[in-house]
Amino acid sequence: MERFIQLVIDGIAIGSIYGALALALVLIFRSTGIVNFAQGEMAMFSTFVAWALVQAGLPLGLALLAALAASFGGGMLIERVIIRPVEGEDPLTILIVTLGLFILVNSGAGWIWGFNNRGFPRALPGGSTTVAGVRLSYESLGIVAVLLVVVGLLWLLFEKTKLGLAMRAAAANPASSRLVGISVGRTLAIGWGLAALLGALAGVLVAPQLFLDVNFMGGVLVYSFAAATLGGFDSPKGAVIGGWIIGVAETLAGDYIGFIGSDLTILVPLAIIFGVLLVRPNGLFGSPEVVRA
Amino acid sequence: MSLFTVERGSTRQTQLRLAGLTVLAVVAVAIPFLFGPYRVSQFTLVLIYAIAVLGLNLLVGYSGQISLGHGAFFCLGAYTGAILLDRTSIPHLLTVPAAGLVCFAAGLALGLPALRLRGLYLALVTLAIAIATPVLIKRFDGLTGGSQGISIQQPKPPASLGLADDQFLYFLSLVVAVPLFWFASGIVRRNVGRALIAMRDDETAARTMGVNLATFKTRAFGLSAAYAGVAGSLFTFANGFVAPESFTLTVSFAFLAAIVVGGLATVAGALFGALFIVFVPVWSSDVDEALSGVIYGATLIACMYVFRGGIMGLLRSAWGRIAEVQGTTTGRSDDEVGEEVAVAGDVRRTGAGARGMRS
Amino acid sequence: MTCAALALVLGACGRSDSSSGGGSGSSAKSDPGITKTTIKLGGSYPFSGPASAYGTIGEGAKAYFKFLNSKGGVNGRKIDFTALDDGYEPPKALQNARRLVQQDKVFAMFNTLGTPNNLAIWDFLNEQKVPQLFVATGSSEWGKDTKKHPYTIGWQPNYVTEAKVYADYLKQAKPNAKVAVLYQNDGFGKDLLGGFEEGIAGSGIKVVKKEAYNVTDPTVAAQVGRLARSGADTFLSITTPKFAAQGIAAVAKSSWRPLQILNNVGADKNLVLKPVGLANAKGIVSTAYFKDPQDPQWADDPAVNEYRDALKKFSPKSDPEDAFNMYGWTVAGTMAKALEQMKEPTRAALMDAVRNMDLEQDTLLPGNKVQTTPDDGYPLEAMQIIKFDGQNWKLQGKLIEAKAK
Repeated sequence: MERFIQLVIDGIAIGSIYGALALALVLIFRSTGIVNFAQGEMAMFSTFVAWALVQAGLPLGLALLAALAASFGGGMLIERVIIRPVEGEDPLTILIVTLGLFILVNSGAGWIWGFNNRGFPRALPGGSTTVAGVRLSYESLGIVAVLLVVVGLLWLLFEKTKLGLAMRAAAANPASSRLVGISVGRTLAIGWGLAALLGALAGVLVAPQLFLDVNFMGGVLVYSFAAATLGGFDSPKGAVIGGWIIGVAETLAGDYIGFIGSDLTILVPLAIIFGVLLVRPNGLFGSPEVVRA
Repeated sequence: MSLFTVERGSTRQTQLRLAGLTVLAVVAVAIPFLFGPYRVSQFTLVLIYAIAVLGLNLLVGYSGQISLGHGAFFCLGAYTGAILLDRTSIPHLLTVPAAGLVCFAAGLALGLPALRLRGLYLALVTLAIAIATPVLIKRFDGLTGGSQGISIQQPKPPASLGLADDQFLYFLSLVVAVPLFWFASGIVRRNVGRALIAMRDDETAARTMGVNLATFKTRAFGLSAAYAGVAGSLFTFANGFVAPESFTLTVSFAFLAAIVVGGLATVAGALFGALFIVFVPVWSSDVDEALSGVIYGATLIACMYVFRGGIMGLLRSAWGRIAEVQGTTTGRSDDEVGEEVAVAGDVRRTGAGARGMRS
Repeated sequence: MTCAALALVLGACGRSDSSSGGGSGSSAKSDPGITKTTIKLGGSYPFSGPASAYGTIGEGAKAYFKFLNSKGGVNGRKIDFTALDDGYEPPKALQNARRLVQQDKVFAMFNTLGTPNNLAIWDFLNEQKVPQLFVATGSSEWGKDTKKHPYTIGWQPNYVTEAKVYADYLKQAKPNAKVAVLYQNDGFGKDLLGGFEEGIAGSGIKVVKKEAYNVTDPTVAAQVGRLARSGADTFLSITTPKFAAQGIAAVAKSSWRPLQILNNVGADKNLVLKPVGLANAKGIVSTAYFKDPQDPQWADDPAVNEYRDALKKFSPKSDPEDAFNMYGWTVAGTMAKALEQMKEPTRAALMDAVRNMDLEQDTLLPGNKVQTTPDDGYPLEAMQIIKFDGQNWKLQGKLIEAKAK
């Protein structure tokens, strides 16, 4: 039993990594209605910016804040410069643009910082504590806490603020939103900015564990997609819980199901997604699509 | 405005069309004699990718189901061919239909659950399948050779033809590609294509008009997978080697980029899309090796800005400027109906009709 | 129609010589790609994509050839080395090889990186009779069947050899070790793991747990967790740099304190141990076969200094401390020697030189030699155990020679 609990705890720690980036994916989907394939790479770039600031001698806290702010601005800039020209095109065109952005950012970061991996300073305390024979790492506890706070803030944003309402409206129906006086351009840009900021947060939180290189978010992105899909693509809560379910399932399956073995653990989240979507096509917490019949 | 006018469905139009096809055929046959072996091998790849891209376009462009995982079917086709050639003494050409059939079956099997998934969710499930594929190949190494891959004998030209290896591979791919393109353009012109487009644009309306959605969607999946599989088996000929690393996500993404660059819901667009994914990456790393990804990514984005409706969209509007196509509804060919439905569909899908106003 | 225009624009050369780049074999006096003044070489590297950290090897090799050219080249011939990007995708490597051989007409292919990529091109190159020399992969494949692929040869000590060095080390240091293995799920990982299991057969050493990871995995934390719970007292990490770092960090975070053996590919101080924290790396055992530019004991070594100066001059963007540069530099040195010893300017003569090498290189570990015979297709076969003392890798004992088969 102790081992089982430890595995669950380890799984949640790993799942939090997936959930962190999944939050950014959900935010941008909810506020702009698109799936951003470049989200992970943008997060990687932000993390490199933070790293470069630390290298330049800035204290860690200040460097992180500066990187988050820069990411917010950078996200808005990307929306203005790269996404705006294809706004309103069919979803596939936008998807290809984000794919192009993925390649561009990845290669650009490699050009600037090289392809080697490096350590990233911890913002959260290292070490661990043992409760009833189960090891809890402070770092993972810290990440879980940050995720919960972010979910809470997003809930406030979308449910309690005018901006949040405007974002949802702009994503759902840009034309009607304009008619009721919402500045769609501005809300979309803010959506991109916020998502980039969340991505940056995810990057700096997980980089100490994953080590920073230009590809460090590539693997995470896949799992984050899985987490967001499982949780429902428009639910922040779903993204985090989806991440945890995947992390735990993966850890348990690797331990308890002999055939799976560690090389096939990637099949576990995939199988879960497949199963869940067949039963609940909008994920666990997603709002159902309304189809006019 | 335009240089001359063409009556829709007139003999003049048919003649123009025939002339265009003849020029294309001459060029296609001339290519392997005009270029060196490396260039020819690139054009062989263009043909092979074009088949897979066409298949994906049937699914995405015509039936509106986004697949991010067509690399998986391409891979399945490639491995089906490689395993057959490695284990049996089956003639090379037979592996092509075999790969097509295996992938058709796999496509149908995936098409069934796909019925329940819409848009984004289907895209992500197919993405998952593309990611899982190389891992599964490594696991079943008894059959697939695992990470060592499988080397096969490439098909050799019969001495009587007097062709070099690369020329033979090119013609082999051409001979497979031509009927597949012909078949696809036939499909999209006839009822199936219209049903698919109707379904893409408005499922409910399509259902009311008596389109059996489930059947069409699953068949579209199967057919599209079969095209990818055939392309995969030709890819095995061209490379003489398959390995899990050859079928990463990049392949699926490249196919998707190709249909958008070439033009959604167009048959000829597949060719342009394939030219793009074969030549542009090579060109961009020749411009600057360190910045090749930046250049390629930027080019891809720029294409989305410049070629609204893909290269085919650009060509059509250019052609519209040169020759004004006139005609009554009764006189026009089936092809135009299909194209117009497609354009109309775009208008409807983008809501405010941003694209409609441009075109 | 546009397609035609496009095709004509994109294509460059006509088909005047349909015989392709190779094919002439040994009969001709001089093969393509070599003149009185130049030798054309080509290679394919992952300058982009998941393995781009290894692209540095190509840069190190380029720097060496530039350095060599600045001193007059090989027997009066300057080396013209073209390195193309394949993104670590085998089909792209094949396209690169076709381009280099059939269009650019290189004399030989040199040091293409990656096991699958070299497997993808070796049938083509051997058919074209173009040498595929000193490939940058430690697969044991390259020296196994020199009859079937006479134009192909490896360079670095292969993974099976390396694994046997670890097995021998354990037999002495820890004869009853219970080993937990983390390995990369590809040819490299399986080759090394297989070699290790072969090496410990019949001894008291047992592999109690094996965990694989895929290069697309974001982290190996779950795998290391499972290994830690296995009750093993030795951790063999068959990993590339990023995963090596994650592995050591995960061990440090747990309560598991095994003897850690880290394979050569992952044992880079700057890339792996520093990010993890040098204190966490104390006691790790690995192997080396060339002089590590980060090792202070070579601080005044003339060969290493020559390398540093040349890199600064000819490849200013490269970091001389990066051991992959040194790898590229040293393997390019072997290539230059082979060209120097070639009796006539033909590919067959080059292969003849490559198959009969016995040379010391000043950037290899003292006493280590590049040796081949027509029956021995493995140029480097000796490695030395190194141990991390908390500050630096320290060479242990003597060079150990192990044969793959």
